[in-house]
Amino acid sequence: MEYFLQQLINGVTLGSIYGLIAIGYTMVYGIIGMINFAHGDIFMVGTFIALITFIGLVSIGVTFIPLALMLVLIISMVLTAAWGWTVERLAYRPLRESFRLAPLITAIGMSIALQNFVQISQGARVKPLQPVITGGYEIMEKDGFIVNLSNIQIMIVVVTVALMIIFSLIISRTALGRSQRACEQDRVMASLVGVNVDRTISLTFVMGAALAAVAGLMFLLYYGVIDFYIGFVAGIKAFTAAVLGGIGSLPGAMLGGMIIGLIETFWSAYFSIEYKDVAAFSVLVLVLIFLPSGLLGRPEIEKV
Amino acid sequence: MSAASAKSGLDFPAALKDAGLAALIALALSIAMLFFRTVDFQGNLILEKRWTLAGTTVLIVFAGRLALNLFWFPRRGGLGLFKIASSALPARFAELGKWMAPVLIVFAVVLPFLPASNRYIMDLAILVLTYVMLGWGLNIVVGLAGLLDLGYVAFYAVGAYSYALIATTFDWSFWVCLPLAGMFAALWGIILGFPVLRLRGDYLAIVTLAFGEIIRIVLLNWYTLTNGPDGITRIPRPSFFGLEFKRFGDGTFANYFNIEYSSMHRIVFLYYVILVLALITSALTIRLRRLPIGRAWEAMREDEIACRSLGINITNTKLTAFSIGAMFGGFAGSFFATRQGFISPESFTFIESAIILAIVVLGGMGSQIGVAIAAIVMIGGLELLRDLDALKQLFGDNFDPALYRMLLFGLAMVGIMVWRPRGLVSSRAPTVVLREHKARSADLVKEGHG
Repeated sequence: MEYFLQQLINGVTLGSIYGLIAIGYTMVYGIIGMINFAHGDIFMVGTFIALITFIGLVSIGVTFIPLALMLVLIISMVLTAAWGWTVERLAYRPLRESFRLAPLITAIGMSIALQNFVQISQGARVKPLQPVITGGYEIMEKDGFIVNLSNIQIMIVVVTVALMIIFSLIISRTALGRSQRACEQDRVMASLVGVNVDRTISLTFVMGAALAAVAGLMFLLYYGVIDFYIGFVAGIKAFTAAVLGGIGSLPGAMLGGMIIGLIETFWSAYFSIEYKDVAAFSVLVLVLIFLPSGLLGRPEIEKV
Repeated sequence: MSAASAKSGLDFPAALKDAGLAALIALALSIAMLFFRTVDFQGNLILEKRWTLAGTTVLIVFAGRLALNLFWFPRRGGLGLFKIASSALPARFAELGKWMAPVLIVFAVVLPFLPASNRYIMDLAILVLTYVMLGWGLNIVVGLAGLLDLGYVAFYAVGAYSYALIATTFDWSFWVCLPLAGMFAALWGIILGFPVLRLRGDYLAIVTLAFGEIIRIVLLNWYTLTNGPDGITRIPRPSFFGLEFKRFGDGTFANYFNIEYSSMHRIVFLYYVILVLALITSALTIRLRRLPIGRAWEAMREDEIACRSLGINITNTKLTAFSIGAMFGGFAGSFFATRQGFISPESFTFIESAIILAIVVLGGMGSQIGVAIAAIVMIGGLELLRDLDALKQLFGDNFDPALYRMLLFGLAMVGIMVWRPRGLVSSRAPTVVLREHKARSADLVKEGHG
């Protein structure tokens, strides 16, 4: 029971990070219907920007941790958003009216380019960071097994829930959210009624990249090591989460992220750590066979 | 950012402002990733500053954008990048394609006997032909049947491991194992095909990707069967009708034909094996396109619902596409295993699937010659980048071109796609003709999703 509880806590933490990345996938898919394959690498760039900003701030004397983290969060959200915007501008916007596979290929190309760019500019070695947030709470203890809830885990879940609420409100209440939903339904019609479609799509990428930056910072603080390759695996898992929850749906992405995080954690804890990815992918295949539009997705209406 | 380019006249302040904005973006991009570099210093990470690199990058972006605004966009009439080129090129390529295919085949046949050919060129040619074959195999699934498969490397892996395991365990010859490997791969194609029958478009893409990863992880961890990350070594080489390519001993190739032993014999033999395999793939595909099943594939690509309404069995159509595509992947895989003599899960990562898919799409989906050209351009270019010493003289001795090859590869994928979204050879000739044969540019064909 204690072991189970501990794994539950770890799983929810991991799931939160996946969920944050998955929102980026699901928003982009919802609005232009493409898999943004480079999103995982945007997340990776986000972790690097967070790391560099943090070291930079500490080296110029910002040692009060909450302030430093707040600044890192803002700076890395802005800078990563710039990366997201640029990728969209260079690789996707010229292909807006093209056929379905074209942006997928440029996305894969961008993903390869980003990975190798970071490898060249920052080096191929793993980058370690000393634990920044320490401490936590002992929830219960039995037979010498202590169930821990660390501060960082609390922070990750709180930040994720807060961002989830904020972004849901942006989508449902603001003018930007309204244009996003309009573009999602019909781009041509939206542009006829005065929605700037290109700008809306750009802002969607910016929002997704900013959330990926938050996920990147959380990942960096939680695991303490990053390298240029983390984006691929994290990206695939997050996309799996987005599809699992029903692509295009924000709560679905979060739910999918949680499920993938929990499956992965429990599988590693009770069965084998080597096959945790196989377990996550198998669940995806099973869910899609029985619910082809995901858990919370709307079924696709086929039109002739 | 297109505000300046939309005007046809020369508007210098606007162009300058636009270039300034581009430079600002470049600054935002490079301030963290180029300007700073994290380095290890006594166990801690510290930041190394690189003023010149970041500064130069921003300046280049500024100057480049300004030049584009002043000289490129006004002439294009504000259409934006690469819009005009797309109408003229396919027609030219279609003309080219008529005599290009025989020329390429003749060239491929005589290549080993050309005076310029050496070990390096033959190795490169074998590599390129392997990708041509993989491209043609995937072309059946993606180009003809319109099923987006991101896990094609799984079948390549199944073929390679089937051959390696059968050959090392039972000591069977390559020519017996080759069909077996193809059959195993086709079987896996059907196994994958069944659960994904109901899925469409991108859901299919992600499930095939997941399937590819599952196969790789299983190969990596099933230590007793596949020897895990260490891979399988000492995979037997193919023989020429029972004659082996060895230096010593009786019954060797050189001995039988009474010629002096050369290590090139085996390379040339392997080259012809993959050439024949690739040509068989292509010929079969061309034949299949004219059969009812091939027409059903293309009909399914264009519109799945219409297809179903006309009474075409979608289940069979999809499964045959998957299994035949997978079978060619399996053939290519067992050739890869016998050529390398060593395989490990390292060779079957997602990036391979991405490269093969890129070859198919960049070549123009459904076009045989386009896939071949794309494979030559992408794989040949990738290998040439490996040892470009000229760049070393340009950037100094510390410059390692090998590091930059995948970066350039990725950017080239983006560039080619933006330049020619329908692929290099984007003509889509209808297989069923009513009165006269018209080749249409694929730009004009709208595609159903499925």
